[in-house]
Order: sequence, then C-alpha cells, then structure tokens
Amino acid sequence: MIVRGGDRVVVQGITGRQGSFWTEKMLAYGTRVVAGVNPRRAGETHCGVPVFATVRDAARSIGGADVSVMFIPPAAALEAAADAIAAGVRLLVVLTEHIPAHDVMRMHALAAAAGCRIVGPNTAGLVTPGEAFVGIMPAFNARVFRPGDIGVVSRSGSLGTLVCLSLVDAGYGQSAFIGIGGDPMLGTTATDALRAFEADERTSGIVLVGEIGGTMEEAAAGMIASVCKPVVAFIAGRASPPGKKMGHAGAIVMGSRGSYAAKRGALEAAGACVVDTPAAVAEAIKRLGC
Amino acid sequence: MDLEEAEGKRVLAEAGIAVPPGELCADAEAAAAAAERLGPCAIKAQVPAGKRGKAGGVRLVDNVADARAAAEAILGMEIAGHRVSRVLVEKRADIAQELYVAVLNDVESRAPLILFSATGGMDIEDNPEALIRIPVDIMQGVERKQIFSRVQDDDVSDVLARLYDIYARTDAELVEINPLARLRGGGLLALDCKLTIDDAALYRQPGLAGRGAREKLSALEERGRELGLKYIELPGDIGVLANGAGLTMTTMDVIEHYGGAPANFLEIGGEAYTKATAALELVLANPRVKSLIVNFCGAFARTDVMAEGVVRAWETLQPTLPVFFSVHGTGEEEAVRLIRERLELEPFDRMEDAVRAAVAAAR
Repeated sequence: MIVRGGDRVVVQGITGRQGSFWTEKMLAYGTRVVAGVNPRRAGETHCGVPVFATVRDAARSIGGADVSVMFIPPAAALEAAADAIAAGVRLLVVLTEHIPAHDVMRMHALAAAAGCRIVGPNTAGLVTPGEAFVGIMPAFNARVFRPGDIGVVSRSGSLGTLVCLSLVDAGYGQSAFIGIGGDPMLGTTATDALRAFEADERTSGIVLVGEIGGTMEEAAAGMIASVCKPVVAFIAGRASPPGKKMGHAGAIVMGSRGSYAAKRGALEAAGACVVDTPAAVAEAIKRLGC
Repeated sequence: MDLEEAEGKRVLAEAGIAVPPGELCADAEAAAAAAERLGPCAIKAQVPAGKRGKAGGVRLVDNVADARAAAEAILGMEIAGHRVSRVLVEKRADIAQELYVAVLNDVESRAPLILFSATGGMDIEDNPEALIRIPVDIMQGVERKQIFSRVQDDDVSDVLARLYDIYARTDAELVEINPLARLRGGGLLALDCKLTIDDAALYRQPGLAGRGAREKLSALEERGRELGLKYIELPGDIGVLANGAGLTMTTMDVIEHYGGAPANFLEIGGEAYTKATAALELVLANPRVKSLIVNFCGAFARTDVMAEGVVRAWETLQPTLPVFFSVHGTGEEEAVRLIRERLELEPFDRMEDAVRAAVAAAR
C-alpha cells in the first residue's frame, strides 16, 4: 500500500472539479497518472491524459493499471469500485465519504475475491514524498512532506497533515504516508499499515495517528509487540463525549468499546509511546532515537 | 437513524414476523381504551433507547384502571434524555422461553453477521458465550437451510431468514429482536424490535426516511443540521472551528490538555469546507463562548477557501471575542495573507500555541 513512482494510476471521475484539481496536482508532483475515467467523456483528453468509459477499457488500452483512485459520489461508488476491481488494479484508493455501509461490504467482498487491496473508504490517500502521491493530501507542500524515514499511518487526512507538518518542523521527513480512512469498515487497517512499514527498508520509525471508535488500534497493539521499529502513537478523541458520532462514521464510543483509555492502554502495554498532543509526536520520535 | 419499537415492529409485521396486537397511544385515556379492547397488556414507553424496562418505562397491567395509571406514570418520563410522548399498549403473551435474534454489520469481518441465543431477555450482553454467530457473504445472501444447520430449529430459522431480508432490504446497520418469545402454545412472537438504518443509505430508503425517532438535539444542534453541518454542543467556553473530524477532535483534546474546556465540536472538512461563514455564525451563537480557536489543516479542504469564509463572516458579524488562528496545508499562503490583511491578526505557527492562547483568553 506504499505508492511508488512507477505505479500506473487511473483517476475515476477525472473530469469533475475535484478530480481535475487533484489530477493536476498529482501530475505536477510526478505521479504517473496514465488515464482518466468518465463514461460520458470517453475518447477525450483531460489534464493531458486519455479518458475512457471504464477502468477496464483504460487498462486494456494502455496495457494494465496498478492503482485506481475514485473521485466518485457515494451513490455511484460501488459500481465504480467493481469496475476498477474487475480491471485488475492492485490497489484501489476510495476517497468517497458516506458510502452506504452495505455497498462498502460488497466492495470489500469483491476486492477480497479478486486479490485487490482497498485503501479507505473515506481516506485522504497515500503519499510517498519525492516519488508520488494518490488522493487529496498536500504532498506538494514542502512544509508538510519531505523525503525521510518516518512512516505515518493516519485515519484522518487533516490530523495526518498536521502530524506530518510537525515532523518536518522538527527536521524529519516521511518514508510514506498511509491514510487508512475514517470509515468503520476499512480495506486497509492500522495493522496492515504497520506491517508494511515494518517490512519497508526506508522506514526507521513509525507514527500511528488513530482515533476513538472501533477496535482497530487495539488490534494494531496486538502486532506492535512484534514490531522492531519504534512506534509513536497519538489517539484523537480523548475529550469527546461517549455515544456521539464525532464527524467520522467510525468515531463513536459505545460503553468502554472504542474508548480513548482502552486504546491508549492497549498501545502502551504493547510498547508503543503514546503522546498527548500532535507536537509531542516529533519530540517522542527524537527521544526514541530515530 | 433509529426507529422506535412500534415503527420497527411494523417493518417486522410487513415481512411476516409475528408481533403482538397493539396500539400506539399519546394519552392515558387512549391507553385505557386500548387495554379494554386488548385485555392484559404491557404498557411500553416509545423512546429510541435500550434498558427501558430497567428505567421503569415498561409496566405489565391486568385491568383498565391499572393501564390508565401506568400510562399516566410513563408518559412524560425522561429515559436516557428522551421525553416519553407515546406508549405502546400491547396484548400480553404466554411466554415459554425468551430468545435473542439479530442481524448486523460486523465491523471486524466487514460483512453481515447473524446472531442467535437461546437465552434472550434483559442481560444478553452478560452472556456472550451463549451466542451462535453465523457470518454471511453479502454477495450471496443466506439460505434458510444454512441457518437451520446452525440453530436446529425450523421456527427460528424462518424468523432469521426473514430478519436477514429486512436487514438487506432496508440498509440496516442493526435489526434485533430481544426478546423473541417462544409461546406456550407454540410459535414465535417478537416482543421488541430495534432497527437502525444507515444514515448514508437514507437517500435510497424513501419509505423509511421519515419514520425515524427524533434525535435529541439542542437548538443550536438543530440549526447545524439544517445547515448541513455536524455540530455537537459541549459544556465548555472555548469555541472550536476546525476542518476534518480527526483535527477537530484533536483541537478539543489539546484544549483540555491545557486546562480549558471546548464549547462545541464542529468540523467543516469534506464537502462542507465552503460553509465556513455559516459555521462561524453557529459557533458564535452559543452565548457561553468566550474565545475562539480556528484550526485549519488543509488536505482536501482548501484553507484559503475556509479562511475567506471566516474572514467574511467576521467582517459581517464584527464579534468582540478574541480569536486565535492556526492555518496549515493546502492554500496556506493565501489563507495567512487574508487573515493578516483583513483581520490584522497573525496566525500561530503551532496549533498548540494557538490553543494555549485561546485557553488563556477564556479565563
């Protein structure tokens, strides 16, 4: 799930306002965007790349695609995902928020059957500084991202951006940023991202940016015990009242399940360093000798 | 969106799951009249909350006078913050055994899950080892014989198959019957129903969209909803305006870390980032707010667009309370320039410093 400069990227919904804006940004950054998709604009060229009716058409015509990223509204997301999965992409980045949960489950079932990895839904995307980015992160902002050896995994795009900024302020850079998304049912979990960073040669330290709700951080703690690289975690939502959905569909505390205390306890027991503010992330990374 | 028991039971009955005869009543006289028709009854508070029995919101009565008294006692009660405005008067059943059945979105397996327990009733969550769990492939659905192979009971398999159909057809997050009564004379009867519909799917559930229980919202939360903004009122005095759920929660966390108390949760990320003007008006409409932190970190949301909205609203409303900005990410240079030129304020370089200043100003 670490995006590379050689990956051939297709943009679904390339002709929309956001699709166009971010495709320009991705191309300028060096992401290898090879095609766009819009069923009504097939045959045209947009942002300098050819537009096809489907990801399958695009893959056939250009000899395969590695990654597809969806700028697609919720009601059309399942069909778009099914198209990308059928086209054989390795990685599908689902930016869309508010996709009906039953459609999300169908997406995950289709992806699992085809061996495709979904990142998201409701992710801000993936950044490999100096190489490529896919999604809606400010990769091009040199105060936020620069090449380095800290791997960052985050549910939130905005908070992930802030943490990356404080790392750069402190003199660090990132090996990669993996936005896993704010939905309750994610294709790529914190555990998956930690495993990828543990295996990645360019990563020497890992930052986990989690939030209240669900049990993903607790599950991640189960594998942190076997991670050799230092892990620093910040969990958002300590001050949030229980029983309320805090913006993200996944961010809700029910009883003790999903609570800040449960997550912090599990992560600390596994040996992660859990900090109180975003700025303390970089200080902890420094203390741990990364 | 949660449906109240009576609405949920209507959905069950439409799908062929038996429910007791009953009437929905808004006053004690109607409840007494219903009891006269139905005989021995249960009088049940209609609120979208569990543990109604333990809160005193469910009473069993044998005659009309008791029915009237029970309805009088329950109507107007407050249960889990919800005022009871209606009771369900329901004919009592002759129960041999209480079972538990449910179908829900299982977050861990990212798939539907059917649950069954032969010991239903009040304390189902205290007895998790009695649960039979049947995972379902959402692309295939589930057949009755698959269910039967696990529960070994024809009547229960029939109810579970119908319950799965309801779940699939209504975009439910959860549909639960607890208890499902096995009657002395045979057969199963749904004595309660909890049905939660996925808010994100309401656009394709027109038949259900208007049938949800009213959420308990403050006046400001109601206004936020009308504006399409996710606003949650909190007891503190520091107003929060941030983008993205994660950053907004974090802003609240850092406020508490420095000894302050947030007055609200309000995020204008995602598609709402162009609504900064309306959002600021909402935050300032809370009379408890003594200082304001504006914390933007733009990924998808462009900070220049959000800052423009805030600056414009500030110029229009001309509030007198102190405001502290931290602005980073997409569109940062333009956003900082706007704040400097039009508000004559200097955004803080670190979010922590902006929050500390806001906490100090509120004291």
